[in-house]
Amino acid sequence: MSVKDEAGAPVEHYVNPEPFDPAQAETLTAEQEAYYQASQWKIMWWKFRRHKVAVWSGVILLLFYLCVPFAELIAPYSANERSNDHLYAPPQQLRLFHEGSFVGPFVYGMTSSIDLETVKWVFEEDRTDVQPLRFFCKGPDYRFWGLVEGSFHLVCPAEGGTLFLLGTDRLGRDVFSGLVYGARLSLTVGLIGVTISIVLGLFFGGLAGFFGGVIDSLIQRLIEILRSLPELPLWMALSAALPVTWSPVWIYLGITVILGLLDWPGLARAVRSKLLALREEEYAKAATLMGARPSRVIRKHLLPGFTSHIIASATLSIPAMILGETALSYLNLGLRRPAVSWGVLLNEAQDISVVVVYPWLMAPVIPIIIVVLAFNFLGDGLRDAADPYK
Amino acid sequence: MLYYILRRVVTMIPTLLVISFLTFIIIELPAGDYISNQIAALKAAGESSSVAKLEFLRAEFALDRPFLERYLIWVGLWPGPHGFDGLLQGNWGWSFEYEKPVADVIGPTLPMTIILNMATILFVYVVSFPIGIYSATRQYSWGDYGFTFVGYIGLATPNFLLGLIMLYLANRWFGLSIGGLMDPEYIGRPMSVDKMLSILAHLIVPTIVIGTAGTAAMIRRLRANLLDELHRQYVTTARAKGMREARLLVKYPLRMALNPFIADIGNLIPSLVSGSVIVSVVLNLPTVGPVLLNALQSQDQFLAGFILLFVAILTLIGMLVSDLLLAVLDPRIRLGGRAAS
Repeated sequence: MSVKDEAGAPVEHYVNPEPFDPAQAETLTAEQEAYYQASQWKIMWWKFRRHKVAVWSGVILLLFYLCVPFAELIAPYSANERSNDHLYAPPQQLRLFHEGSFVGPFVYGMTSSIDLETVKWVFEEDRTDVQPLRFFCKGPDYRFWGLVEGSFHLVCPAEGGTLFLLGTDRLGRDVFSGLVYGARLSLTVGLIGVTISIVLGLFFGGLAGFFGGVIDSLIQRLIEILRSLPELPLWMALSAALPVTWSPVWIYLGITVILGLLDWPGLARAVRSKLLALREEEYAKAATLMGARPSRVIRKHLLPGFTSHIIASATLSIPAMILGETALSYLNLGLRRPAVSWGVLLNEAQDISVVVVYPWLMAPVIPIIIVVLAFNFLGDGLRDAADPYK
Repeated sequence: MLYYILRRVVTMIPTLLVISFLTFIIIELPAGDYISNQIAALKAAGESSSVAKLEFLRAEFALDRPFLERYLIWVGLWPGPHGFDGLLQGNWGWSFEYEKPVADVIGPTLPMTIILNMATILFVYVVSFPIGIYSATRQYSWGDYGFTFVGYIGLATPNFLLGLIMLYLANRWFGLSIGGLMDPEYIGRPMSVDKMLSILAHLIVPTIVIGTAGTAAMIRRLRANLLDELHRQYVTTARAKGMREARLLVKYPLRMALNPFIADIGNLIPSLVSGSVIVSVVLNLPTVGPVLLNALQSQDQFLAGFILLFVAILTLIGMLVSDLLLAVLDPRIRLGGRAAS
């Protein structure tokens, strides 16, 4: 049937010659366009960037984590090197000006004498002994990661001088170098532990969420029981069970496993509830109907939907693990010398009467608090960003 | 209500069984047991005279039985060398290190542990409640920012480090020893008013140290919950009708925000108890914490096992109380019986 005008003649086919603009209903600004076309991860990044505190926390953490691969280069001494002339030496203050003139970063030398009344060493700053720091220098030898010989340091004390930025401990070991080396273990304990906990959490949460039914309620009960247990006493008991004969590396691995073993229930619960919600989605049903195996559906179709959530909640559980390791080592149940972690260093501060006289033994407290705080802020930021469409 | 309490208590029984089994596995994890290690040490030293006595002790404590049997004997569900004589019959086991029954070793520390934990929970409630309400009703005020900041620091500072710092500062500024749970002169004396006061005074620091992180978390939660409620329409309606602000707050939004507040403390209790163990070690409080550390280090298995179990039961009871409180507050839980967890 053709359209006819009033007179009955067929109307000519009409075509508007102007170019068609598909967005004429609503024109998008360049920003909006970029937003709608961006991938999920990109939007998350934009959202995360707006959380200033979280970004700065990330930067601070990155700086701390630089100590992990490059501890040997950053630390002026090695972690277990004893300086027998400087037992319990106080921190040397970093200075720039000597008698009003600029000399660059330097420290004053120390003169030591023994106080016969209290029987302890007394250190005094020698204001005439200027010891300028050397940068990019050859210092004490080390084996980089225990493999490659080297002696290059970012900063060294002056020839014949000392550089104890945070003082020394009972055996004359430099506390600052200890902190730098300790970061290697303390900061990675959380990462490995969280990896273990993610694997367990995904496995159990996946089982419970995808299959439901009896498996679900069994795992749910298990999660409830584990969550109702106080973590620390269990950590203590488990790490006390590690054989004393193990080498530090094995003890370290054992502790990470212990920390991860008890942490997964929270993650599993999150995975389960996400899976329960997502498996009802059309695309998941479609995949199942097309004959995909459960593991494939979970991995290919469901997992991408909540990876961001897992990362965010994992970030939030790292500080608990760092603290767990610190507490265990502090109590002599975790790592021991020659392994160095922040908890091992704090072990020196167990006796309060010693700490009162030599307060710099408490120094490891500061990086611990900074790192834990930073992880908390970062985790908060990530959690907010994990749901970018909200 | 009675039915709810009953059901809630009954569901604790399987949980307790699983926990006792886990505990037993954990304390049996180290190779050998206290006595067989001693035997090995004696044999290595060439002394075989006292080995016979130790062998007798091993049989006496059923350490030579298979694993499952040992567990059941420990719990008291299986006849041991002396018939049914386990936890269920009130025998808490034998401490090899102290050569005393476990009950005698930790008996005096149990009330202290309970008092300390209750004081902490009370502290968390009492402090976080008003601050949470203040922060929510005066959002973005200086007070709110201040509390949020302090809260973040409190959340990030691990309690045993906080304990260490407090110890140091108290020693430095006041020359005061804040360790222990009473003045030395009262130790071993019978309970009196003075002793009570001394204990109370010494409770303050550990309570703050253990409770700070929990308080910070609770303030954040209460603030968030209350803020959610305050933006609801019924609040606007009530305000439009001219209801006074204080009455409005107490009557509706607070009641709604109270539920998660009580429920959350159930989640907090495990970490509070955890904290009390390590803070007790740091501050040298006469609770089960230091005893547990010793027992674990010397592989005094029955002592360690009992303490682990005790601590777990303490958290379970804490959670039970928080659940019951919740049921009192919220008829939906009491009557619906849905939230049985």
